[in-house]
Amino acid sequence: MFTAGAESLLRQAREIQDEELRKFSSRITSLLQNNDLGNETIDCLQRLFLIVSVTKYGRKLDSKFVELLQTVMCLPRCPQQVQVLCAAILREMSPCSSLTLSCDEIQDAKLLSLVSSVLLAQGNKKAEVSAVGQRVVKVLEGRLPEGQSSRHLLPLLSKIISLSPASLTEDQTNLVNKRMVDWLRYASVQQGVAQPSGGFFSSPRTRQPGPITEVDGAVSTDFFTVLSIGQCYTEDQWLNVQTFSMLREWLQSYGSDGANSPHSDDKSEVDGSVMSMVSATSTSSRLLPPKERLREKAFEYCQRLIEQSNRRALKKPDGDLQKACLIEAITIMDIICRQDSSYVYRTLSCLKILHGRISGDLAYARALLPIAQFFLNHSETAAVDSEAIYKHLFTRIPAQLFHSPVLAFEFIQFCRDNVRFCTENLSIFRQSFPNLFKLLAWNSPALISEFVDLLPALLGADTAIEILHLLLDLPCLAAALDIQLRSASTPISERAAWDPAAKPASCLEAFRHPLYRSMFQYLLRVEAAPRDSPERLVPLRQLLASMADCPRVVQAADTVPVLLHLFFSVVVEFADGPLVNQLVLVLLERSEQLYEIPAFKADVHRVLSSQLVLLCKRHPSLVVELSKELLEFAGTIGNIRNKEDIFTYVVWAIGEYMSLACDERCTVEQINKVFEVLEAMLFEMVPLRPSASIPTCSPRVITVLMAMLTKLATRSQDLIPRMSLFLSKMRAFFQSPAMISVYSEDSEEILARATELMNLLKMPSVAQFVLTPSVEVASPRFHRDTNVSLPLAMKMATRLLERGTGFVPG
Amino acid sequence: MVHAFLIHTLHTRSGDEAGLCRVLYSRVFGSERLDQLAEEPVPRDLEKERLGRKEQILAVARQVDSACKLLHQTSGRPASDFLIQLPDEPISLQDAPAGVFRLPPGDPFCENKTVLWLGVLSLGFALVCDPHENLMLAENTLRLMVKCLLEHLKLLSQGSDVVLKADKTEIILSKFLPHGQLLFLNDQFVQVLEKELSACLSK
Repeated sequence: MFTAGAESLLRQAREIQDEELRKFSSRITSLLQNNDLGNETIDCLQRLFLIVSVTKYGRKLDSKFVELLQTVMCLPRCPQQVQVLCAAILREMSPCSSLTLSCDEIQDAKLLSLVSSVLLAQGNKKAEVSAVGQRVVKVLEGRLPEGQSSRHLLPLLSKIISLSPASLTEDQTNLVNKRMVDWLRYASVQQGVAQPSGGFFSSPRTRQPGPITEVDGAVSTDFFTVLSIGQCYTEDQWLNVQTFSMLREWLQSYGSDGANSPHSDDKSEVDGSVMSMVSATSTSSRLLPPKERLREKAFEYCQRLIEQSNRRALKKPDGDLQKACLIEAITIMDIICRQDSSYVYRTLSCLKILHGRISGDLAYARALLPIAQFFLNHSETAAVDSEAIYKHLFTRIPAQLFHSPVLAFEFIQFCRDNVRFCTENLSIFRQSFPNLFKLLAWNSPALISEFVDLLPALLGADTAIEILHLLLDLPCLAAALDIQLRSASTPISERAAWDPAAKPASCLEAFRHPLYRSMFQYLLRVEAAPRDSPERLVPLRQLLASMADCPRVVQAADTVPVLLHLFFSVVVEFADGPLVNQLVLVLLERSEQLYEIPAFKADVHRVLSSQLVLLCKRHPSLVVELSKELLEFAGTIGNIRNKEDIFTYVVWAIGEYMSLACDERCTVEQINKVFEVLEAMLFEMVPLRPSASIPTCSPRVITVLMAMLTKLATRSQDLIPRMSLFLSKMRAFFQSPAMISVYSEDSEEILARATELMNLLKMPSVAQFVLTPSVEVASPRFHRDTNVSLPLAMKMATRLLERGTGFVPG
Repeated sequence: MVHAFLIHTLHTRSGDEAGLCRVLYSRVFGSERLDQLAEEPVPRDLEKERLGRKEQILAVARQVDSACKLLHQTSGRPASDFLIQLPDEPISLQDAPAGVFRLPPGDPFCENKTVLWLGVLSLGFALVCDPHENLMLAENTLRLMVKCLLEHLKLLSQGSDVVLKADKTEIILSKFLPHGQLLFLNDQFVQVLEKELSACLSK
């Protein structure tokens, strides 16, 4: 693996000095110039490669040396290891200005492939991509010398078109189209002949090769594809595999009509009146131009693959390949239909049958995504109802396969790629947010950034409250999913018979316990259930608290604060008054009912309290409308200790927005009542009567309470004398040695604040102005207001006129 | 198409926190920057391009390292479980930690990329794929290549390393991932390629 020896090798390679490197290069030079291409040279080249590749900053090699490497690489009988190492070294040095390689004269396919890999690493500064492309097509056009194979060239061609589709001319693409048709459709259906191993005892007559077979062993009755099995393969069968491997890229780059529009992801924009239900049949296909002919053959190939994927493979790797082929075939058919809508009907019927076949088989679940994508792209043009397909996808797959990381990833990518379509046309998308959250809860680190993009699409006035509850319960969801998985893997015989009256001994037992089963079912629901009340989860949350140190649960909990923040920033944009009120109530209620991880609770409280501010700023009247609930919250002494953040902000909100200016319904009686409750709270925290114990709480809470009470007092002036008295008692109290010892420096701050407020209250109208400024004063724009700005303007003018030139410095 | 393949160190034990993630081998297929220049490029710009490329690969390696660490945490097995391997036992890649994540444009590659990774003991193997690549095929190919690399580079034997074996790595890559092209190879094709590989590498 990675040993200490390797570590020291790497360090040595990094630390080698330029002088040493020069000496080393000259040693290699002498070896190469003597045509010594044996083990010692190979060893040196390996070391040189390590030296050149191990550092971030490039190493300088003499340009003559670079030239020598290039020459050696192209030598006709150079051993493969030397060739490969030279190419690797040259690539590591790229982009390199001293490179003089060119592919123009190369006939050997293998060498062309190797040289091109170096050229492509240069970054196309001298149009290398185009040059290589031209050369490759030229070689493919001509007849290759004996013993050589085009199969080294197709992957190179594929790379070129992925880098720069414009490198090939239309004639060249037509030529390749024609060749690809041959390779795809007309490869030999007999097995290849194994090279005779030679030797004294081998028979000169080789056995006749048999026909190729399917993956399940049956003899093949149709054309050769990547799912055809033989003991040994012929050249054209190799080309068949390579052609299919690059087919998708090729069709995307060159398959569409009109100007080159590579990688266009637009849905098919077809004029409905030109729809033809009868597509070109095979007999007339010879008359089609090369591009259309390739399309036809590609379509047939894909259909055959779909059919071949129905067979039961004898070997597991072949089974895996079948699934990959299925996915590729559907994707290619999708591309073909986008380029020529006459294929849509044939594809639709084929895919509907396929969907029926694989929808029940979890092993093929990943193929359901490209099928859904196809229907998404084309069902409109074909006026076909694909609701059932989407419903199956969104309700079944995440619930059953949340634990497969790659499927979860692909599923979320599907949602992200089609988010606009899903939000506008698929109600099932938003309704299945509980299922989508399962994917996040299980795979939080990998999917959190994807979810940040997806969450806004799921939020609406109908789903917001339920999503908030589920977000706050994300760690519970992770725990429940874990139990669900474990329960599914325990054999039925091991599941203990329970006594309905007894409490379950473990979470696993609770999963099937009648008391908890419906709660689990609610938490693990697949669709939104707005009428169900999340309060029923309280006992379940307590039960699941035993899993609080399970890493997956902790990882899920870590994602909640950032998503909460995002949630509120999105919801506040579209929420109306009633929804905002509901949100605040949920906020207050859930601050109590959170999953028992201390760090999680602290983070959530912090986010919720800052969001409360946001909501109040948007809808100041909510304070008056929810005064009862807010007051109940603020009047509960326990809240100061457990939820200090939220308590502080609730008190602040009450003080700030409980005024006539914010809501006309605010009455003096309300203000008086609120005052009384908050005053009582402050009394509790700061006992002004001598008592045995002095409870401590955060100085911030004390100062906020004082400030808010003073604010309220300025709005209901009868309260002013009462408040002044209270404040003077506070001052006296905080000057006492007992309090100073408890609060140390903070007591000075509290004292200062109390004094300030007292002084303000001596001038009631000023106090009102300072503590409850009206909107115009609170955000002054002196330069805009004509009344206020006039004196300023006059002053400025006077100074300019009076001082004259002396005013301007210098 | 696959944009890059890399092999790097993984730190699965908490004691390895101080160790840096090292890229032991990387191969980028083609270049990201494809602007044709009118005049001769300045050597410093070429250096910067190379440096950028190296740093992109290092960024991927670091992300795979942390993704693997997080996955190890959730598996609940002690980290030491992953580091003991009996010499003659064939390693099963079915249970090897693996995952996938997306790299948004600009961070670190110019365009969207998907990274598929596989961890075997203290080495990580990653494929940087283009978006919308056939991930099922990519997964199969990655497992196949890792199996070949483990076998031909004898990575599981005591004291064996992946450094100083770049020629073998390159040859294996050229068979199964030529120029970054993922191939639809059924088991028989794979066996033929493996035979060719053994012939090449034993010379």
